[in-house]
Amino acid sequence: MKISIKRDFDFIEYNVDMQDATLLEVIETIKTEQDSSLAYSSGCRSSVCGSCSMRVNEKEVLACAYKVQDGDVVEPLKNVEVIRDLVVNMDKALATKKRAKTWLQTYNKEAKLTHEDEKTNALQSDCILCGSCYSACPVYAVNEAFLGPFALTGVWKYVSDKREAAPEEKIETIQKNGVWDCTLCNECTLVCPQNISSKADIEKLRMRSSMAGYSDPNFAQNFGGGLSF
Amino acid sequence: MITDVLIIGAGGAGLTAALAAKDAGASVRVLTKEYPTRSQTCMAQGGMNAALGNVSPDSVEEHIQNTLKSAHGQANEEAVRYMCSEAPNAIEWLDEIGVCFSRTPDGKIAQRKLGGASAPRACYAQDYTGLKILHTLYERCLKEDIEIHNERYLLDLLTKEDGSICGALILNIRSGELEHHFAKSVVLASGGYSRIYDKYSTNSTASTGDGIAAAARIGAKLLGMEFVQFHPTGLKNSSILISESARGEGGYLLNSKGERFVNELAPRDEVSRAINEQILAGEEVFLDIRHLGEAFIDENLPQERKLALLYEKVDPVKDLIPIKAVAHYTMGGIEVDNKSQTSVSGLFACGECANHKVHGANRLGGNSLLEIIVFGREAGKSAAHYTFCDDKSKNELNCKKETNFLDKLKSFSNEIDFYEKRSYVGELFYKKVGIIRKESELLEAQKEIQLLKEQLPLMGVKDTSKVYNTNLVEFIEFRNMLDVCEAVVSAALERKESCGAHFVAEG
Ligand SMILES: Cc1cc2nc3c(=O)[nH]c(=O)nc-3n(C[C@H](O)[C@H](O)[C@H](O)COP(=O)(O)OP(=O)(O)OC[C@H]3O[C@@H](n4cnc5c(N)ncnc54)[C@H](O)[C@@H]3O)c2cc1C
Ligand code: SF4
Ligand code: SF4
Ligand code: FES
Repeated sequence: MKISIKRDFDFIEYNVDMQDATLLEVIETIKTEQDSSLAYSSGCRSSVCGSCSMRVNEKEVLACAYKVQDGDVVEPLKNVEVIRDLVVNMDKALATKKRAKTWLQTYNKEAKLTHEDEKTNALQSDCILCGSCYSACPVYAVNEAFLGPFALTGVWKYVSDKREAAPEEKIETIQKNGVWDCTLCNECTLVCPQNISSKADIEKLRMRSSMAGYSDPNFAQNFGGGLSF
Repeated sequence: MITDVLIIGAGGAGLTAALAAKDAGASVRVLTKEYPTRSQTCMAQGGMNAALGNVSPDSVEEHIQNTLKSAHGQANEEAVRYMCSEAPNAIEWLDEIGVCFSRTPDGKIAQRKLGGASAPRACYAQDYTGLKILHTLYERCLKEDIEIHNERYLLDLLTKEDGSICGALILNIRSGELEHHFAKSVVLASGGYSRIYDKYSTNSTASTGDGIAAAARIGAKLLGMEFVQFHPTGLKNSSILISESARGEGGYLLNSKGERFVNELAPRDEVSRAINEQILAGEEVFLDIRHLGEAFIDENLPQERKLALLYEKVDPVKDLIPIKAVAHYTMGGIEVDNKSQTSVSGLFACGECANHKVHGANRLGGNSLLEIIVFGREAGKSAAHYTFCDDKSKNELNCKKETNFLDKLKSFSNEIDFYEKRSYVGELFYKKVGIIRKESELLEAQKEIQLLKEQLPLMGVKDTSKVYNTNLVEFIEFRNMLDVCEAVVSAALERKESCGAHFVAEG
């Protein structure tokens, strides 16, 4: 079986004799038996640490959850700096969480969570920060400062949490380079290994923004532009 | 610039320590060889113990007694009392910072029963307890503006002439440059060492015992290194964990003849030995959850189904799951007192790399997540306190000149492939320093490890590039693993009698 892997300068084709193996197992075998200079990240081997996300045939996958096919083409994530081979620098992507303030800001002592409340954001808190959605999002090609899918999902997690006493602050934070910059293309949803839809979360955040009196700045502009010919 | 408290490791223990040290008023810097959220803590599924009595009556005293019993006389009662009494506070704190614990119908934090507990005591967040705790801690660190440096590898700890700590020598994995991080105190939170068993371990590939080896090199005492917990249900080929909840919910263990051979709910060490015996007798061993039904499996054990399909090509709804017992948790580690202080002045340790004498010879499921929170806090507080109060921390920073392994490594000849040796060591340890130990075999293993240590200069790295050289990092990890192996095997040789996870057979 042949797979080709994007190395620093070019693709290199490797021949491996493994049946029904995960991509991570194949890459590990290449590293320990054929080419010790191949760089990649991994950790849990069980789809929870988010280390091994990469692109196969131009789609983001977790290497530890993907079964290799003959002829697969493997590349690093997009929209992030490639450090070497399949290893990317996630610092800039992770910084979106800080800018979006994805944390519990003010604890509401009175809030009593119920079994039902638990379900409202259980899915969002399943995020493993693999960065697949960040890589798939087309907005970064035009706006580097976009808060992006996983950070906005993180914001929804806390906005929808009854324990957060000051959700308005979070809504305010995401007006700029945030909810209105998303094109709702749904690419993030298609690649998420945890079945999270950041697009859906962003739509919910837009609704909450509108309710709080914010409006789509693009819409206002287009509208303005349309009338002034 | 000198930091007050330098924290090595950003799993549950390291991040908790960072928050506590910062809260106490110290300046804090955290280093991790991965990214915080990639730490092994994310893999914990089962839960975190606290005697809340939310589902049925429970008491802190029972939690203490269960823990002491499981420890086989090797725990310190005062430490156990402290940890179990702090447990309800720890859960309350995690809830306050936003961990999404599962709830009961009446809105209390839900609890489930894990092995060895007299009541449902483990608080959980669906199937993802560790993940949700770790991510929430990370988010809290972002909120508190804690300085975190990713992909920085601890090579060695730095000490002053008087032997007290003064910082760490770090490899910046990305640039390949060495960095000196000076600090008044250091907290090690670098995780356990189960990866010495290589592919016979459920652990993250990062659990290579680096911190323990580095601490030992500067004279810190290690304790209980022989106590390695084997988990009964690792997948046969990949050793990936199938959660204890599969048996808790009524799963059976069967041999090739289809016979049950052990009480599935007995303690982990007993079940692991029974499985091992079957395998040595030529049987295959399976976990059978078919009778639980598809609906139940999809609702309660979804990850288990996914992993069995992916790694063993079996569907637990209609097939048996092939399993074996594999290394899962390491009770031993750097010896610390109740304030998380090691035997080296200014060096603190918490989490799986430390031995706070709460697990003794056998850890209870759910007590590790508890330990990393309770003692993570203690370590952070104590380290901060040390920088304010201890004169040693105020001495001039005259670090001793270190002997640098990286410099030596340049002359290594690369005749022997260390990747091959790494899997050889895993195999060797699984067979000879594993579930059942015989003095003759321990001695053989000891010899082999000594030989490999001597052969290290014949190994070395093939990849000589500077940037992100994982071949180099893995070789340094291998060197640390050999040191840890040596400590495990000599501790095992010293303990002549069976005790908890350390089971001695004649021969
Ligand atoms: C599959 C699985 C399931 C589990 N389930 C449970 C459970 O249900 N309940 C329970 O209580 N426990 C459970 N455990 C055990 C528990 O998860 C761990 O013991 C605990 O998370 C350890 O936390 P820690 O912070 O000490 O270490 P880790 O989370 O392992 O973090 C170690 C940190 O140190 C860093 N590090 C290591 N070496 C270096 C170095 N050289 N330089 C710089 N940084 C370094 C790593 O990058 C990482 O950030 C489970 C373990 C596994 C493997
Ligand atoms: S839906 Fe929005 S966030 Fe998701 S990929 Fe498209 S533009 Fe990016
Ligand atoms: S939302 Fe999904 S794709 Fe994005 S980082 Fe989280 S888990 Fe990965
Ligand atoms: S190795 Fe952890 S997600 Fe793949």
